[in-house]
Amino acid sequence: MTDTPLLQVSGLTRYFDVSKPWLNRVLEREEKQFLTAAADVDFEIKRGETFALVGESGSGKSTIAKMIVGLVDPSRGRILFDGQEMRFEQGAAMRQLRRRFQMIFQDPFASLNPRWRVGSIIAEPIRTFGIASGADINREVGRLLEVVGLSAADAEKFPHEFSGGQRQRIAIARALSSKPEFIVCDEPTSALDVSVQAQILNLMRDLQDEFGLTYLLISHDLSVVRHMANRIGVLYLGRLVEEADAKRLFTEPQHPYTRMLLDAVPDLALSGRRRKPVTGEIPNPITPPSGCTFHPRCPLVVDICKQQVPAVRTTPTGRAACHLLEESALSSS
Amino acid sequence: MTELHKPRPTGRFGRAWDSDIAYSFRQSPVAVVAAVVSLILILGAVFAPLIAPYDPFNPASLNLMDGFTPPMEPNAFTGNVYWLGTDNQGRDVFSTILYGARISLFVGFAAVLFAMTLGITLGLIAGYRGGWVDSLLMRVADVQLTFPSILLALLIFGVARGFIPPAYREAMAIWVLIVAIGLSEWVQYARVVRGATMVEKNKEYVQAARVIGAHPVKILLRHILPNVMGPVLVIATIGLALAIIAEATLSFLGVGVPPTQPSLGTLIRIGQQYLFSGEWWILLFPSITLLALALSVNLLGDWLRDALNPRLR
Repeated sequence: MTDTPLLQVSGLTRYFDVSKPWLNRVLEREEKQFLTAAADVDFEIKRGETFALVGESGSGKSTIAKMIVGLVDPSRGRILFDGQEMRFEQGAAMRQLRRRFQMIFQDPFASLNPRWRVGSIIAEPIRTFGIASGADINREVGRLLEVVGLSAADAEKFPHEFSGGQRQRIAIARALSSKPEFIVCDEPTSALDVSVQAQILNLMRDLQDEFGLTYLLISHDLSVVRHMANRIGVLYLGRLVEEADAKRLFTEPQHPYTRMLLDAVPDLALSGRRRKPVTGEIPNPITPPSGCTFHPRCPLVVDICKQQVPAVRTTPTGRAACHLLEESALSSS
Repeated sequence: MTELHKPRPTGRFGRAWDSDIAYSFRQSPVAVVAAVVSLILILGAVFAPLIAPYDPFNPASLNLMDGFTPPMEPNAFTGNVYWLGTDNQGRDVFSTILYGARISLFVGFAAVLFAMTLGITLGLIAGYRGGWVDSLLMRVADVQLTFPSILLALLIFGVARGFIPPAYREAMAIWVLIVAIGLSEWVQYARVVRGATMVEKNKEYVQAARVIGAHPVKILLRHILPNVMGPVLVIATIGLALAIIAEATLSFLGVGVPPTQPSLGTLIRIGQQYLFSGEWWILLFPSITLLALALSVNLLGDWLRDALNPRLR
């Protein structure tokens, strides 16, 4: 039982219809337009590990996170949670499944209802799932507030009385209140001050050890990912271009895009190493480039890149999708 | 410095007095005067049976000889003195105004409540569901906005009367009036609530509730509704003034409440028949009351709009 991955995602794809209204299309003789936010994404998350998805803005990180928790319906593909397929509709079986996962959002100023007291916010999952009732709820809320480093008396206050970091702690307490096994963290620290980021990340790690949590961490910040993740998936234009063990991704990046990202990270050690700046911008996902979608920016581009979508290949560190990997051209360059 | 270190008051009332909105209220003389005027009128209307010196709707207490008595002058036949004079049937104008304001305010509040409930419900549904439901509801709203609302209220009033048996018409008139005014005003609420709902539904606190599988009705009522009520309260206040005027207009046109239960509009209609024969008081005093009521409620609404708008602070 323990060797089945907690979360399996296969062929996950999402298109968004971004066409103009029907009348405009008819008059201007335009086709329907679709934006591909995620294309054939496969990955697995094992129990107790932290899997991170990284990528630039618009690479489809958040869409994937939202599909996993049921906020966005996938166009294609399957999501298996502990071997059970997720079907996001009302029903007793799904309720049982929903109890086991939670989400932490990016903006702690928007993720807490400004009209609710902190106690009610944290108690909402407890009430919805009927985990406790009466005075037990208040006791549980107080305990959770203390678990995340706040005081039980804070339950009486409103969200606007707290700072960003404290609000994110409240959001974490809410996520913990249904006693989940799996938490999707969508950029949990990117709205916070740098000094507070580390506190929140350390809190998340402590909670992971304490409750045996599994995390899916969505981030664009490689230093956050390096601090937190066991394995990392790199997204480019909705496709997973590389997936590798976290430590080895930083030392032995396989895909040219991963290299470009790593090169762009500023380091405080001021090693004076020459950095290749990131060139170009992420293309328009409505009209993605042919073949490998990274080819217009790739420094190693060859003809085949413009024609064929690269297949996913096993690499020494994990998996990657690049035509050049077979000839091991990358490792020699 | 001492201002900054004042202890925060405790208790529900203390906190309300200390709030931003109460401060803004105290700083605005117009709002204070408007609140005092509307409060006096509302209290006068509510306690009309205790305050009114006469019961204008009890035919036994009326004396036709008292008719057309000018204000503050003894009647030529009976010698009775009335503060604001009497009308053609010898009813004390002051008393009829108190009772009339009662009807006007009741119709106004009830119509606003009805329009608000309808508008908020449809606005929440349209904003949250989107798609064809939204398109349908908003097209209906657009079409309705092309008609002057008073015309629409007249139409609804007329149609409703056709369905009600004549025996009940008089008793039902006030409810028909409420529904007619309410139906002609719901669009305002629906549009504002729809817009606010579309903003709120994409906020992360709503998504957090969706992740745990909270029922959509619960999300709408417990999460979104409290966050869209601010602008609704502003429209409701201004809408109250509009509803009172709409009621007066309909009653003035003779399609509102029956003359046995006159509202301010009915009193004005009765009064205008005597304006050119010199009995000016029968028209003037109800008109002033209506003006004071509508104006003070409207000014309160204006103040509330500015006080709740963070960009105008």
